[in-house]
Amino acid sequence: MRSELLRFADWTDPVPAAAREVVSLTEDARDDLPPLLFVPGLGHGAWAFAEHWLPRAAERGFAAHALTPRPGGDLRAQVHDVVQVAASLPRQVVLVGHGAGALVTAYAMGRYPARAAVLAAPVMDGWPTLWAALRTNPVGTLPALFGGRLRLNRKQLFGPGMPAEQAQPWLDRIVARPRRELVTHDPAPRPVGDPPVLVVGSPDDRIVPRTSLDRIAALYGGAPLLFPGMGHDLMLDVTWSEPIEAVLDWLAKELSEQ
Amino acid sequence: MPDTPDIADRRDAVCVIGAGASGLAAIKNLREHGFEVDCYERETSVGGAWNWRHDRSPVSAGTHLISSRPLTEFPDFPMPDTWPDYPGHQQVLSYLERYSAHFGLERDVWFGTEVVSVEPVGDGRWDVTTQSTGGGSSRVQRYAGVVVANGHNWSPSRPEIPGDFRGQVIHSAQYKDPTQLRGRKVLVIGGGNTGCDIAVEAAQQASSVWHSTRRGYWYAPKYVFGRPADQVNDRLLALRLPLRLRQWLYRRVLALTTGDLTRYGLPVPDHQPYESHPIVNSQLPFYLGHGRITPVPDVTGFDGASAVLADGRRVEPDLVITATGYRPRFEFLAPELLGTAEDGRPDLHLHAFARQHPTLAVVGLVQADFGLFPLAHWQSVAVARWLRLRVTDPERAAAVQQKESTRPVAGWSRRRVVPTARHWFEVDHADYLRAVEGLLREMEPTA
Repeated sequence: MRSELLRFADWTDPVPAAAREVVSLTEDARDDLPPLLFVPGLGHGAWAFAEHWLPRAAERGFAAHALTPRPGGDLRAQVHDVVQVAASLPRQVVLVGHGAGALVTAYAMGRYPARAAVLAAPVMDGWPTLWAALRTNPVGTLPALFGGRLRLNRKQLFGPGMPAEQAQPWLDRIVARPRRELVTHDPAPRPVGDPPVLVVGSPDDRIVPRTSLDRIAALYGGAPLLFPGMGHDLMLDVTWSEPIEAVLDWLAKELSEQ
Repeated sequence: MPDTPDIADRRDAVCVIGAGASGLAAIKNLREHGFEVDCYERETSVGGAWNWRHDRSPVSAGTHLISSRPLTEFPDFPMPDTWPDYPGHQQVLSYLERYSAHFGLERDVWFGTEVVSVEPVGDGRWDVTTQSTGGGSSRVQRYAGVVVANGHNWSPSRPEIPGDFRGQVIHSAQYKDPTQLRGRKVLVIGGGNTGCDIAVEAAQQASSVWHSTRRGYWYAPKYVFGRPADQVNDRLLALRLPLRLRQWLYRRVLALTTGDLTRYGLPVPDHQPYESHPIVNSQLPFYLGHGRITPVPDVTGFDGASAVLADGRRVEPDLVITATGYRPRFEFLAPELLGTAEDGRPDLHLHAFARQHPTLAVVGLVQADFGLFPLAHWQSVAVARWLRLRVTDPERAAAVQQKESTRPVAGWSRRRVVPTARHWFEVDHADYLRAVEGLLREMEPTA
């Protein structure tokens, strides 16, 4: 059994410091609300949240931050980056991870007592996700199995309502080189500090199967909040406002209960 | 507190004494386990020993960490990775202040309030008498548990040296700034990390420096092979090398880095490596080699202007600094509550749990080849989980207590040490954390 107390890897071989891009919107932040830290998934960066979700969260009074983890970092380095940024913020943070960023977030929750956490379209079941990707987009996925680039297509990331000309610049911007550990990683650790966790996703997501959403939500003692018709990129798809409003409503409710 | 007939009864709340690093960790972890917490702090700010503004803070201008950053930070709130390997005391204080602010811990701290007495009232509950630091009327409140985190580096232990001395004698706790040394003839007594640090600062400032130690020590450098020495040492621990082999490697590495210190007149260590608290100082050998520090044996007495040494020699310092450490003190607790022996040594399970009082614990009363904060963190997690288990599942709690009472002391406490008060609470961090983890697993919530 892996020890949570004896962290020899961190003691003898600490993750070195690296530049991390953090986009922040804090002007309208209310004192009684915790800061939000958005963690992007594979190939995405802070920009993916800066489009819609970050300004929306800021409008509702949250200090909103989005992080781009170091390029080329492994899972351990990405978790380190998330925990470093979380600990650098003035108050206990709500973590919002998307895609493979939800996996990073789930690991970070084992290292940092988040105020609450949201796992959006979480890529935490490696094999089903790989299988789904091979089925929907074999040409784009196969090279990634041999160390090449993963080319995600419009069908995977967005719902049918997304116009091609709007999707293309984003698709061009996503440069994904998945690591083997995205599939082979250990199960995420038990979160420290027992934070409330919400799983959101879409039954029509071509990357994260519905069964996966149910299983992950059950791990954290709940059921997933579903937004039918949306693709994997909940924060960029045409109906982006629905999931973020629901997440912020849930958060407001959780915070008022505590 | 609605519907409470007795205003002083805090029901299920837990009292934490002290808002230094250990107390802050205790507040946070008790809260995470669903407890209400009242913390009493005699000073007006957090940080305890690390806050140089506090009366009883032992830090001086040049104080830096002895253990490196990754081995010193709280496991769930890392220090910034851009910080140096060995941050200074002001950085450590700002780290504790940020920890406190981040988790809103000050909300539960009553500053400027001293705990006068803590008395059991039966049924595992405690009456805690507090008083504002400036005096004033006292107040009694009843708690379901008490976590003592009052620190153990604030009550100076002063050696009794016979004879009269014409010069000035201070304890290292009163040493704050190198200007106190400038141009003077200084005798530093004590071979611990503080004594060595002050001897080095004296070598840079004073006109002449004598460093008196009772025995030879293993002076480890702060860096070996370009890495902080404690990180290199933990590589050996991670490989689970046996103690004998680690001792041999320790001697080899020291021979190759620090070299033979008997050349400068230091005695040969009378113990093996890992049998005394580690002393980490790269500069001491440097200044010995430059003749800026003269090593001398024990001081047996004072005689007018001179200090008499064990070998009969006499030296004539203007200033004597006794870096002879501190003793734990719990004036607010009757000695038997902590199983304290005549000599002042408390007897606690895992250096944390009172053996006769399941709702009384001490956090941070441990000395290791490691940073204190992570140890205090895991101690307080164990205490919080234990207090929670007592409430939710008394039967299982009784079983855990039964099982813990059979845990061999040798499994978590370092037994082979130089037999001085300095090593009362000495542990090996890997063994100690394994024992605490064992306890935590027994109390794992069943969900």
